[in-house]
Amino acid sequence: MRNEKRKAAAKVLGNQEIAPGIYDMWLDTELAGAVRAGQFIGVYPKDKSTLLPRPISICEADERKLRIVFRIAGGGTREFASYKEGDEVEILGLLGNGFPVDEAMGKRVVLLGGGIGIPPMVELARELSKIGALVKVIAGYRDGNLFLKEDLEKYGEILIATEDGSAGVKGNVLTVMEERGLKADMLMACGPMPMLRAVKRYSEERGIRAWISLEERMACGVGACLGCVCRTKRTDPHSHVKNARICTDGPVFDAADVDI
Amino acid sequence: MNTKVTIAGVEFKNPVMTASGTFGSGMEYGEFVDLNRLGAVVTKGVANVPWPGNPTPRVAETYGGMLNAIGLQNPGIDVFVERDLPFLGRFDTKIIVNVCGKTVEDYLEVVERLSECPVDMLEINVSCPNVKEGAIAFGQDAECLYDITAKIKEKARQPIIMKLSPNVTDIAQMARAAEAAGADAISLINTITGMKIDIHKRTFALANRTGGMSGPAIKPVAVRMVYQASHAVKIPVIGMGGIANAEDAIEFLLAGASAVAVGAMNFVNPYTTVEVVEGIEAYMKQYGIEEIGELVGAVKE
Repeated sequence: MRNEKRKAAAKVLGNQEIAPGIYDMWLDTELAGAVRAGQFIGVYPKDKSTLLPRPISICEADERKLRIVFRIAGGGTREFASYKEGDEVEILGLLGNGFPVDEAMGKRVVLLGGGIGIPPMVELARELSKIGALVKVIAGYRDGNLFLKEDLEKYGEILIATEDGSAGVKGNVLTVMEERGLKADMLMACGPMPMLRAVKRYSEERGIRAWISLEERMACGVGACLGCVCRTKRTDPHSHVKNARICTDGPVFDAADVDI
Repeated sequence: MNTKVTIAGVEFKNPVMTASGTFGSGMEYGEFVDLNRLGAVVTKGVANVPWPGNPTPRVAETYGGMLNAIGLQNPGIDVFVERDLPFLGRFDTKIIVNVCGKTVEDYLEVVERLSECPVDMLEINVSCPNVKEGAIAFGQDAECLYDITAKIKEKARQPIIMKLSPNVTDIAQMARAAEAAGADAISLINTITGMKIDIHKRTFALANRTGGMSGPAIKPVAVRMVYQASHAVKIPVIGMGGIANAEDAIEFLLAGASAVAVGAMNFVNPYTTVEVVEGIEAYMKQYGIEEIGELVGAVKE
């Protein structure tokens, strides 16, 4: 694993806005070949007044190409949005544990992606479909800008929820679970914290195992600074104070193990 | 060319160390850099018992720097001795353990536990701005600093470095208090207390409201304080604050530091420490400097 974690130069192969404020960027990088679904990279802005790599989830990857889909959330991501084909960018990767794809083998798995938590579901659905898991994806959007819908359709059935009801079911990803009466042996989710809290509750009420991908302000991204911790139920072997590092012990956790 | 430096009888292969709290105990950055290349690894602060630290968000970026309020989360001395020290012992680098506490007794307990351990020096953290009790209270009043330094010195088997806070009126006075109480060296600067507000949410960027500022933006303040402190005392000074490359490190040496530490920039470029080591060697070659000691305090007055 040693060589997979490093700071490396990547080249922008393409970058386009696929929904208001949401960009789809392909990078040429040698790190791509080792990607596991649910991992992320740190992307360094070129603006020298900034220091820290911006953690961005990996949407999908093949041997040489890595795709990120991100929302403009501040100055750093605004700079990334301006990148053109051929631009060089520094990245730190591959970071995080990723989803436990093997655990899903032979199971009915429902993927839940909310907003900018949808992108990692593409690589996850791809990897799950390869091992023969029965995959359904529920994607929750704000409105009718259904980014990445076609990409997800390649790997399984996709169901849509929108906050404003302009497409699919009006509501959120769990509204779809309930209205459609979906049966699942396992849930895998990424999205905003209120959604993940609801997924955790839902999974505990029904006794379904759920894996959730968490987010927090990060500095180092490699587990050294202890900036991005989350409370855990049990004393973990690293911190001994029930504070797991989202960047390194996560970002994907068994929902039953974390206090969110 | 000789890059070796000696501080309180401990010989370091070069003057480049890691700043406490930015490098864990070396395990994470050991995946990026060869720890054998470093003068010393200075560990994250360790207390007598595990500390959970502060709520999140704990970090925020600022212009040319960052704020942190980790709150000295650490697994406690027992885990540290069983896990971290054996790991560091595998490398040919010096081990400096940063010690934190809420009361004098807390510090003494850790210092005594470490007395039988393979540790080269202790760095006493009396300057963390992010914990409510202890810590910085000892580092912002010269009498308190003298008192705790003397008590620790009495019990410590290893030489001690007092890590000073920049959040004081007169850094020279604090440096002199540490020296008078028997400190073997001082290190500075710890972070500068700061604050950031999110104007859209109208909330503090950090759950702790205030945090310690670090990164390149604080370097001129750090260089000035290292200069003042090193001219106030005879004991060696370890300089830190925003070091991003060898040029920055050399600035600290010229200001009067005998050694330097890389902190927040590890987060930006995980290879910074080794790049600083190599850059200092290149500078010495460029100017025909045989002994690194020739650079210490060598700014022309």
